[in-house]
Amino acid sequence: MKIIVLVKEVPDTYGERKLDLETGLADRGASEAVLDEISERALEVALAYADAAGEAEVVVLSMAPESAAATIRKGLAMGAASAVHVSDPGLAGADLGLTARTIAAAIRRTGFDLVITGNLSTDGSGGVLAAMLAELLEVPNATALSSVEIAGDSVSGTRSTDDGYMRVSAPLPAVISITEALPDARFPNFKGIMAAKKKPFETLSAADLEIDPADVSVAASIMTGIAEKPPRSAGVKITDEGDGGTKIAEYLIANRLV
Amino acid sequence: MTEERDALIEAVREFAEAELAPNAARWDAEKHFPIDTLRRAGDLGLGGVYVREEFGGSELSRLDAVAIFEELAKGDTTIAAYISIHNMVAWMIDTFGDAAQRERWIPGLAAMTALGSYCLTEPGAGSDAAAITTSARRDGDDYVLNGVKQFVSGAGSSAVYIVMARTGEAGAKGISAIVVPDGTPGLSFGRNEQKMGWNAQPTRQVVFDEVRVPVSNRLGAESAGFGIALKGLDGGRLNIAACSLGGAQWALDRALRYVHERETFGAPLAANQSIMFTLADMETELQAARALLERAATKLDEGAPDVVTACAMAKRFATDAAFNVANTALQLHGGYGYLHEYGIERVVRDLRVHQILEGTNEIMRLIVGRNLVNRL
Repeated sequence: MKIIVLVKEVPDTYGERKLDLETGLADRGASEAVLDEISERALEVALAYADAAGEAEVVVLSMAPESAAATIRKGLAMGAASAVHVSDPGLAGADLGLTARTIAAAIRRTGFDLVITGNLSTDGSGGVLAAMLAELLEVPNATALSSVEIAGDSVSGTRSTDDGYMRVSAPLPAVISITEALPDARFPNFKGIMAAKKKPFETLSAADLEIDPADVSVAASIMTGIAEKPPRSAGVKITDEGDGGTKIAEYLIANRLV
Repeated sequence: MTEERDALIEAVREFAEAELAPNAARWDAEKHFPIDTLRRAGDLGLGGVYVREEFGGSELSRLDAVAIFEELAKGDTTIAAYISIHNMVAWMIDTFGDAAQRERWIPGLAAMTALGSYCLTEPGAGSDAAAITTSARRDGDDYVLNGVKQFVSGAGSSAVYIVMARTGEAGAKGISAIVVPDGTPGLSFGRNEQKMGWNAQPTRQVVFDEVRVPVSNRLGAESAGFGIALKGLDGGRLNIAACSLGGAQWALDRALRYVHERETFGAPLAANQSIMFTLADMETELQAARALLERAATKLDEGAPDVVTACAMAKRFATDAAFNVANTALQLHGGYGYLHEYGIERVVRDLRVHQILEGTNEIMRLIVGRNLVNRL
């Protein structure tokens, strides 16, 4: 069983997050870079299975700038057996389509029985990558799982919706995405950190994957404008002149808050 | 190398923030020794930071260790300090023990499923440690111990006690280091001392009344115990100083935030030049202390000939500087600094004892001064 977990370096949610107004990209210098918590939870799903099953190989895979290597290595420190880092200046600012094509090529190159991703990254918040990967890899997809059971030849889980939940399952190979309902990840320990530097760490360029980031024959999204988030304005003050309750209700209704 | 140390420190930070910081005030107030948390510290690799890997140690350098203990102390200085003492015990067994002793005790100590205590000081022998009177009488293949040890951290909770006891002549040359496991008949403990700080770890007397252990529990040669005890303290002093640094750095960070937020006479406290000068001095003192500590840790890693004085200098300077910084942080907080809920007064109380234990700062001066004078 070979499980690939997609991991992503993101700006720490506790810090200030900013967009670079020149490039439209996340300003990575504005806050500390960390391994996305949802990535850690996805990795925990794979590691917990590997601990129990004994024979699973867990690979962490990321498409990220060169500077993200240390963050990806944290996945190795937590217990993944190897890492694949797709890093290419040409991929900076890649849209979801290019990202999915590149990662799918890397997944195919690495080989897999199961791909696990978070349902939504903290920074991009696209939430569609798992489905795009499944489409490109031509395998079944189960998204937003709040529980996961992996068996030798299938994966199943619980998928929460607005109305309730559904039980889903798929034969392997498959792609799944998980939600924050799954458990916190383990801490990497000193042994894991020291062992991480000796584990295989493959760095791939777009060319290695036969991806041309500048290929204009493929549909791509183009950013047409970018603006800084407007500063927060002062809140609305309602003075109670006997009709305070009515005014609050009117405000909530007008802003579609009820 | 830097990336690896960064990863180690980040792991310690995550542990300290999740497991220590949220509980530090309560453990202090309730005098609770969190043995379950120490087990998790063991899982992280904190039980034998610079103990060899063979029986479960993390085999990191002393330079790594001072950075680790500084980070750990930001979460809880008392627990970090206890872990540093535990590490001293584990290191002494790993370094001076034979293969059988290491195989027997290191796995549990490294995992922190078994805790360690260091027993040197006695009611009548503190700074003059060579004057100890606890005796280990040879009886066939056993030692029979009698005496009382004072101020023993972790006593009553530990599985392993390294006891410096007299096996021969008076003075430093008649002392051996003997491991006494918990549960040995005749071993008992005094009451948990009522202390100014360090409330989250127990401090008790350890009493030996005809305590019989096999001679094979002795670390190193007979009469080599005093040297073993002092070698343990060299590294112990650095770790305690690193704990001081972590506590003080935390207090400084808190004070920095406070002087930004607190307004007096229509402006933030930080707008006053006197406050700025105070902060600058605090930062400078801590940076200087860190530099001295890193220098001493490097010498310990390299086995430099002047390691004893380097460690003594670093311990004296860092523990004094850190106490003063924490105390100044309290002053900057005004009345709020005196309240338990701000945590600053706890760190001040905790750091005060670092100027006294693992060799008082007066003894540190004696080591440095003697070495200077003897050069003449």
